[in-house]
Amino acid sequence: MEEIANLAHGFSVALTLPNLGFMLIGITLGVLIGVLPGLGGANGIAILLPLTFSMNPTSAIIMLSCIYWGALFGGAITSILFNIPGEPWSVATTFDGFPMAQQGRAAQALTAAFTSSFVGALFAVALITFLAPLLARFALKFGPAEFFAVQLLTFCSFVGMSKEPPAKTIAAMMLGFALAAVGLDSVTGTLRMTFGVTELLKGFDFLIAVIGLFGIGEILLTMEEGLAFKGKTAKISPKVVFHTWAEIGRYWKTFLRSTAIGCWMGITPGGATPASFMSYGMARRLSKNGASFGKGEIEGVIAPETAAHAAGTSALLPMLTLGIPGSPTAAVLLGGLLIWGLQPGPMLFVEQKDFVWGLIASMYLGNIVGLLVVLTTVPWWAAILRIPFSVIAPVIIVICAIGAYTVHSSLFDVFLMLGFGVLGYLFKKLKYPLAPMVLALVLGDMAESSFRQAMLLSQGSLSIFWSNPLVGSIAGLAIALLVWPLFGKLKGWARAKETTRGAVGGVR
Amino acid sequence: MSEPSDRADATVGTRWFEMTVALLLMAVAGLVVFDSLRVGIGWADDGPRSGYFPFYIGVLLLGASGWIALSQVFRWAQEDPPFAERGQLALVIAVLVPMAVYVVGIYLLGIYVASALLIGYFMFRYGKYRPIVALPVAIGVPLVFFLVFERWFLVPLPKGPIEQLLGF
Repeated sequence: MEEIANLAHGFSVALTLPNLGFMLIGITLGVLIGVLPGLGGANGIAILLPLTFSMNPTSAIIMLSCIYWGALFGGAITSILFNIPGEPWSVATTFDGFPMAQQGRAAQALTAAFTSSFVGALFAVALITFLAPLLARFALKFGPAEFFAVQLLTFCSFVGMSKEPPAKTIAAMMLGFALAAVGLDSVTGTLRMTFGVTELLKGFDFLIAVIGLFGIGEILLTMEEGLAFKGKTAKISPKVVFHTWAEIGRYWKTFLRSTAIGCWMGITPGGATPASFMSYGMARRLSKNGASFGKGEIEGVIAPETAAHAAGTSALLPMLTLGIPGSPTAAVLLGGLLIWGLQPGPMLFVEQKDFVWGLIASMYLGNIVGLLVVLTTVPWWAAILRIPFSVIAPVIIVICAIGAYTVHSSLFDVFLMLGFGVLGYLFKKLKYPLAPMVLALVLGDMAESSFRQAMLLSQGSLSIFWSNPLVGSIAGLAIALLVWPLFGKLKGWARAKETTRGAVGGVR
Repeated sequence: MSEPSDRADATVGTRWFEMTVALLLMAVAGLVVFDSLRVGIGWADDGPRSGYFPFYIGVLLLGASGWIALSQVFRWAQEDPPFAERGQLALVIAVLVPMAVYVVGIYLLGIYVASALLIGYFMFRYGKYRPIVALPVAIGVPLVFFLVFERWFLVPLPKGPIEQLLGF
């Protein structure tokens, strides 16, 4: 098994003392980011990215991806103890996690959440270990038409799978593409959509957009809820941990099902948030105790947490192998790769073996370190949330401003960040999805250049997307996903005719 | 951007927000299409011109936002779902304004002084802290950032007249 040898080599890269140190720093920062409102995986990494430019890429990606694992763990703490989802993907965890905390079973809920996160991630990393090299080898045969077809598939699946209205998904996505096109066109050297403004020459950086949309936008949303957090306390003792582990072993079916949902949703860019809802819904429907879901059922904590972590982890699979991120956070990591001079995609597995396998090995280690860190330090994180929001909020605004400034040392970017913040708030309130917009902003240039190259090959005929079975089936799948909501509509319409109250399908 | 006060209850409707955002997106789409036409959407000798791809992006954006605007027009007479409570919106604006002032403050005073003012203002105004508590935090946090960025990571952040006076 070539993969095992590669992985062993990866462990030798990741298991050095400095890299373990970066792992620990990353996890700690990540949990902090996950706990604080307004700072999440995506914008937290975006803010810290400029600080890693001087590090060697392998150490940098290990630290940044550990921030991501930490943020995934941290989201559960606030949802269970404070009923405030620190991250969108932990909303479903509040349904049963907070009732458990209210009944004085916070420690069990937290242990279950962390353990399920760990299990979900572990399965997803194993999947990456064995599937990524295969996918990369397969993708080496891809031409521009195939790449554009895969990108099309990514964006079409957003339209088909998101719970937001399709028109709004398309609008948000196209806004992302339009913003990505601003500036110098690298192929012809023409200036596009700058309208004589010099600051627009370099275009819109997606890091600024991420910091504004997710950071400032989130602060504005949190302000609506007022300024006070009221929560439960929790202390985790080893006895409770082992007791809970013995108890949750019974739910292995839930674990497996949630992992499968999570991995699927992570690889196709559904993302962690819909995965957690879908998994929660499935568990409620299939569980013997389905009726007591929402009243503090431990299975209701396991299902969303496993799926969210599996999705968050497997989102890195298409990012590494195809250069197409499965989530906004993966998109930010992809941006980091580009800045360090690494071209994500199948060639990465050929040219940068140290980097790729070091990263994959660090995923195993990072999640083990993460589990230990969160299990031992929960009371401290809960204490941080007791700091009043009137202190936390301005500090987070300052951090966002510094993060936006350091990307290009440009004050104009700080103004832009504020603009994106307001946009993020309005979009969230009006149910425009943010993830496709960010992904379009990141992938815009890549999608455009592969489309142009494909068009050059075919002399402008769209038939190139059906010219061979491979590209044809990808493009066909993309179209199928695009029109998926129409099927749902038709079904809903037919059902509404039968019964007076049509059931609302999908996850809510 | 407030709802015409035909109703006296404490929420603000979604209607106008929805319409404004859709119209803004349509305007952006118009700009994209207009500029793509300017740089050329056809083929040159060496392949597609610069406007080739953005043009279709603009058209799709126009279509999607136009659809949103139209369906809002058709829903106009129906019940207006709440966007937010008036009090909530007031809170949001109460944060947004200091944020905007802060960004201008960075431009004029540098990031450290502006940050101290922002933190102090928030703690004093919303946290109801006495100045004796608010002042150390407001000064301490930017000081920590100064040490971390300027000293440790050697990343220079924007500085203003006060830092210059101190010789940085």
